[in-house]
Amino acid sequence: MLKLQKGKAIIDQHDKHYLYGGKFGGNFVPETLKKPIEDLTQLFQKLRYDKKFIKERDYYFKTYVGSPTRFIKLYNLSLHLEGAQIYAKVVSDANGGAHKIYNAVVHALICKHAGKKYIIGDTGAGYAGKMLSMAAKKFGLKCKIFMGTKDMARQKVNCDAIRKNGAEIVPVDSGSKTLVDAVSECMRYWVSNCDTTHMCVGSTVGPNIFVKICAWSTAQISRELKVQLKEEFGEIPKKLKLINCVGGGSSAIGFWNEFMDYDKKQVEFIGVEAGGPKNSKLHAAPLTYNAKLGVLHGAAQYVLQDKDGQISETSSISAGLDYPGVSPLHCFLKDTKRARYTVATDEQALEAFKLVSQLENLRPSLEPSHAFAEAIKIAPKLSNDTVIVVDSCGDALKDKKIIEKRLGKLIWQH
Amino acid sequence: MAALISLAFLKAKLEKRPALVSYIVAGDNNKKLTLNILKSISQYIDILEVGIAHNTAVADGVQIQNSSYRALQGGIKVKDVFEIVKQFKKIKKNKPIILMGYYNQVLQYGENYFLQKCKNSGVDGIILVDLPFPENKSFADKCKKLSITFIQLIAPTTSTIRMKQIIKNSQDMIYYISMLSTTGGKLKVSAKSILNNYLKIKKIDPKKNIVIGFGITTKTIASLKKADGLVVGSLLCKSISQSLAKKRNPLIQLNKIVRTLRNKIQ
Ligand SMILES: Cc1ncc(COP(=O)(O)O)c(C=O)c1O
Repeated sequence: MLKLQKGKAIIDQHDKHYLYGGKFGGNFVPETLKKPIEDLTQLFQKLRYDKKFIKERDYYFKTYVGSPTRFIKLYNLSLHLEGAQIYAKVVSDANGGAHKIYNAVVHALICKHAGKKYIIGDTGAGYAGKMLSMAAKKFGLKCKIFMGTKDMARQKVNCDAIRKNGAEIVPVDSGSKTLVDAVSECMRYWVSNCDTTHMCVGSTVGPNIFVKICAWSTAQISRELKVQLKEEFGEIPKKLKLINCVGGGSSAIGFWNEFMDYDKKQVEFIGVEAGGPKNSKLHAAPLTYNAKLGVLHGAAQYVLQDKDGQISETSSISAGLDYPGVSPLHCFLKDTKRARYTVATDEQALEAFKLVSQLENLRPSLEPSHAFAEAIKIAPKLSNDTVIVVDSCGDALKDKKIIEKRLGKLIWQH
Repeated sequence: MAALISLAFLKAKLEKRPALVSYIVAGDNNKKLTLNILKSISQYIDILEVGIAHNTAVADGVQIQNSSYRALQGGIKVKDVFEIVKQFKKIKKNKPIILMGYYNQVLQYGENYFLQKCKNSGVDGIILVDLPFPENKSFADKCKKLSITFIQLIAPTTSTIRMKQIIKNSQDMIYYISMLSTTGGKLKVSAKSILNNYLKIKKIDPKKNIVIGFGITTKTIASLKKADGLVVGSLLCKSISQSLAKKRNPLIQLNKIVRTLRNKIQ
């Protein structure tokens, strides 16, 4: 069985081919991208140990992103479920409304340090794109965002924000017209323009360096949480469950990073993938449903595909989770059994949204609503000295239309 | 016996011209048409590249994406690609065929089984777009053992040190990507600078045959005819698209194009 190493950042636990567990990740890229990836790898390796750069990052995380985001107890939800104590890490407090801002800010800073003026990125839910357009504006970079046309229609609120920030949206109308196609098109653009342009990948997917930069950036979430848990409980609770939705897996890895070395009996990681519409065979849950190892977007990972290696279509009510693959880091966490993965269906996510938004002053977007669905499912069965923390990593404003359509207009008024 | 690929270069050299290499996607828009195209254009073409359609191709431009899309819509499977090669080789056993695809397709078949199928159907060479050096070392070795040419790629971004390593690990044929682009892009650098890079590679090992690809059309091909070989892909895919849109048999236009290409490098 694969094993995690203690005392070493998970992003660095790869072999010389950049494979985690000798198996996941790597750089399966066209020759043209080898050099830009190598350059970026070296630059990031330098910057991440550079005190000045860390100071710069922390400065923008504090003054621009708004760190730390709140850590709150969900009293009513806990009372209602009569089991574990439920808390939320309100990452949606962050500037822009989701965790994607951490990765976007770091990429914009790297882009500046690389001396490049153009930055490109993919987006599904529109958050990664919105945040990159914000960071680009802040740091004076020209920005293009690649987005599937299906996602553009269902996440219009974020599209408007991207354009308002002065970035261009490149509509991607191929394949399933969702995130998977947006990432492909963004990589193609980079192949053609890698001499002048910096690429940001919106999650912990893609060639190894993008997995690394993204996970390194979102780790801020667990750094804050660790402090906040100690403030609240005086120590890290004896029975702690950290529940996070998993699309590409950037918010989950950031939420868990600082707790990696704890025994899983003390700090359990639960990743919730998109189960898709109930009574449908479609979903976006490669880990839960044991998809085979394959190569997608430059990395080896568990990915939904057919026997011939064609990548499968997925379906989820949540654009942010609607991706056939998943981060090599989560494949590694699955095979080492450090984390467990499960699904919530579209309907369960909607129900969870309904319950949380009715009981609490919190409106999680459809992505974290998947995580809440799991919390709601397991909390009643757990003792009241168990602490569940859900990463509420996105705000539901972008999903207003979908939610009203499915649950009625009244739901929004709570 | 020397490999068919090497013989094709030798033959072109004797005729004092670069080898002409074509690329079409297998199954665009059905298996029979692909076989007919290969049979027909092979009178002008020295080496035939056959693409295995993939639905998340990160290095292909819009023309080849369209061809791949049609092929997949038509239900093409990897096993059909082998069948097309086998049928073709029954008629023209000395014309070299190179399969071009993405690594996931090989991985899902299993490297060894994939290679065995290549051998059985008569495939002469393999290009895997997203399996670069040094990640491709073990697969390239397996190819060599079976006398299948694994074709390494070199790009304008490839450093000189890396170039040397790649060339050292290459077999008879190397593919130089003319510019920073996906397939089918407009040639955005001068023929002179492409040939400069080409000569740089050539100098490292003059014995290797180097083909140039990306951005080659009837307009640009003559300017690059000093190369050992020239690859034309998107132009052919585009022509198939146009013929299909007009409900014409793609063979007519394709034959005209390859004849013109051949004339321009004669
Ligand atoms: C709010 C929110 N949560 C989760 C995700 C899923 O991405 P990841 O798994 O990388 O956190 C997205 C992606 O767009 C998102 O916008």
